[in-house]
Amino acid sequence: MKRIFSVSVENRFGVLSKVSSLFARRGYNIESLTVGETHDPTISNMTIVSSGSPHDLEQIEKQLNKKLDVIKVRTFKEEDSVSRELILVKIKYTAANRSEIIEICQITKAEIVDTTDSNMILLLCDTPDHVDKFIDMLKKFSIIELSRTGTLAMKKCK
Amino acid sequence: MNGASLLVKSLECENADVLFGYPGVSICPFFDKLTDSNIHPVLVRHEVNAAHEANGYYRSSGKPGICVSSSGPGATNLITGIATAFADSIPLIVITGQVKSEHIGSDLFQEADIVGACESFVKYSYLVKNASLIPKTVKEAFHIATTGRKGPVLIDIPVDVLLEEGFDFNYPETVNLRTYKPTVKGHAVQIKKIINELSKAERPIIMVGGGVKLSGAKEEVLAFSKKHNIPFVSTLMGLGIGYEDNPLYIGMVGNNGSKYANKAINDADCLIVAGARVADRAVKQPDLITKDKTLIHIDVDPAEIGKNAGPNIPVVGDLKEVFDELNCFEEQFDFTDWVNRINSYKMTRVGNKEATNLYVDPKEFVYELSSRLKKESILVTDVGQNQIYACSNFVSQGADFVTSGGFGCMGFSLPAAIGAKMGNPDKRVISLNGDGALQMSMCELSTLKQEGLDIKIVVFNNKSLGMIKEYQHLKYNNNYTFNELNGLPRFEKIAEAYDIDYRECHSNDEMEECIEWLLNSKDTCILELNVDRDAFTCMNM
Repeated sequence: MKRIFSVSVENRFGVLSKVSSLFARRGYNIESLTVGETHDPTISNMTIVSSGSPHDLEQIEKQLNKKLDVIKVRTFKEEDSVSRELILVKIKYTAANRSEIIEICQITKAEIVDTTDSNMILLLCDTPDHVDKFIDMLKKFSIIELSRTGTLAMKKCK
Repeated sequence: MNGASLLVKSLECENADVLFGYPGVSICPFFDKLTDSNIHPVLVRHEVNAAHEANGYYRSSGKPGICVSSSGPGATNLITGIATAFADSIPLIVITGQVKSEHIGSDLFQEADIVGACESFVKYSYLVKNASLIPKTVKEAFHIATTGRKGPVLIDIPVDVLLEEGFDFNYPETVNLRTYKPTVKGHAVQIKKIINELSKAERPIIMVGGGVKLSGAKEEVLAFSKKHNIPFVSTLMGLGIGYEDNPLYIGMVGNNGSKYANKAINDADCLIVAGARVADRAVKQPDLITKDKTLIHIDVDPAEIGKNAGPNIPVVGDLKEVFDELNCFEEQFDFTDWVNRINSYKMTRVGNKEATNLYVDPKEFVYELSSRLKKESILVTDVGQNQIYACSNFVSQGADFVTSGGFGCMGFSLPAAIGAKMGNPDKRVISLNGDGALQMSMCELSTLKQEGLDIKIVVFNNKSLGMIKEYQHLKYNNNYTFNELNGLPRFEKIAEAYDIDYRECHSNDEMEECIEWLLNSKDTCILELNVDRDAFTCMNM
């Protein structure tokens, strides 16, 4: 079972390590983790995507709440959230496959953000599912480097 | 005033009177300023014992134990003691010196990332980067350590921060932590549900754990049990709450507990778990305590509720508060029939004096010893067979029982006994040790002498690591490898070296006389028990 944890934490050094070590220590899975400052500079927000049994997920929430640097834990299912992920892919292209790549970008609404005569960097910001599909579509090309941010998520407005 | 003075003053504001520690270059500024204070430093012989002594100090005095070490190896030596305290929710204030701030991360001589290393063993930790933050940090650390689910808090302070000059001392009056507000008061709806459940129950039972001691809820829990005639059992960490002469006290549960206490749990239709975490040694099969019965779990730590067994009625709150509330209800129930039924299981204790002429029977020894202990005594055990003999033959008549339950740390008894004596000098403190464990902690005999303490030390000498031997017997086809403690010292000579009175008890025939000698001797003494190396606890492993 997949679950998203949106965790507000004190924006202090060492907090990321305390939270991630909690997952390591108790054998919980982290599928992705993003962190950044919020509008309040004393607070950072972490979006952690994890999976496990309902018992594990309940324990993760309780253990997160127990950490003294954690201000608030919000947890929700993927379908109840608005989630986005950003990906950058550097690929090698040739005259023969260039137009196919451009076509994929048009279909997926990815952008070409940098090019040379042999390489280009593609950017896509979409749901994690679409990002997975985008990677699948690019697999037949020569991928030089790939980097994705991990999921950012917020519970939907009611 | 420098950072070190701020630290000393802050500890004084928290009414510290004793601390346990070891010096070193990066913590020297602190000990330098400590000479101006009334706080008494106890110089241990190994840092791990500073943490165990602070642990014992808390358990006898109720005040958080303070331990102090230098950076690097001094700090890492503390870790086992910190983890021991963490596993039993014991509040410690752990202060470590650190290398100069500007050198942190450069692998300097005696540098260790102690904050990182201790992350999973502390309730919270601080690396203090500015001396002006010391009073606030100490105030917060004491608050965090002693409230909610108690536990150790680490304060790591670089030496330059201790030496930073030019501060006035102002100790904060309040703590304001936006992320830390433990639930103390139980939810009224949940508490009412307990009463409703009891009105339907026929065979309720309470399981008291270490949390009852930690929250000081002993009287409230006993009053609740008495009011409704509800029987109760204890976990290892809850020993000392129920007394033998209390007909409602059924004994200890778990794989070292009594058969009838375990049977009582199994036969109950409503189980109230109070301040126990349903640990593997107390409840071997957590699914059984939810089967055919209503499980009510009361704990101050929400993460413990449902961790090992899913309760029907979870109650988050401090046990003292929750039982206070429960005692206010007018409803009164009576479960006398059920209590009588349990008492009918209770078998008369059968002594075990077969090997009389050759050895001392350790079970019989603990029984005879603890039968003579009342409120004035604290019995501290180590880990291994002595712990199992102690908990399953402990006759509770008011003496407190101190042990390393969760972490099972060998070498705990002697230092914890020293701490317990420092925390409560009027009590008689008895330290039970195996021959293996005492060799881990023996250096503290020197601390004990330096402090002029009177501690009654018992060594169960079976010339081997008995608990492991028993395990090897059960699981590894009697392959007693890596177990025989050859080269064992003569404890008589060890006692002589430290100028401590000594006596050996060779067999059961001498037992009573030796116990009288132990309890009546005027000063620290060591009683060595000649235990059969093939004696087993018959623990259900």
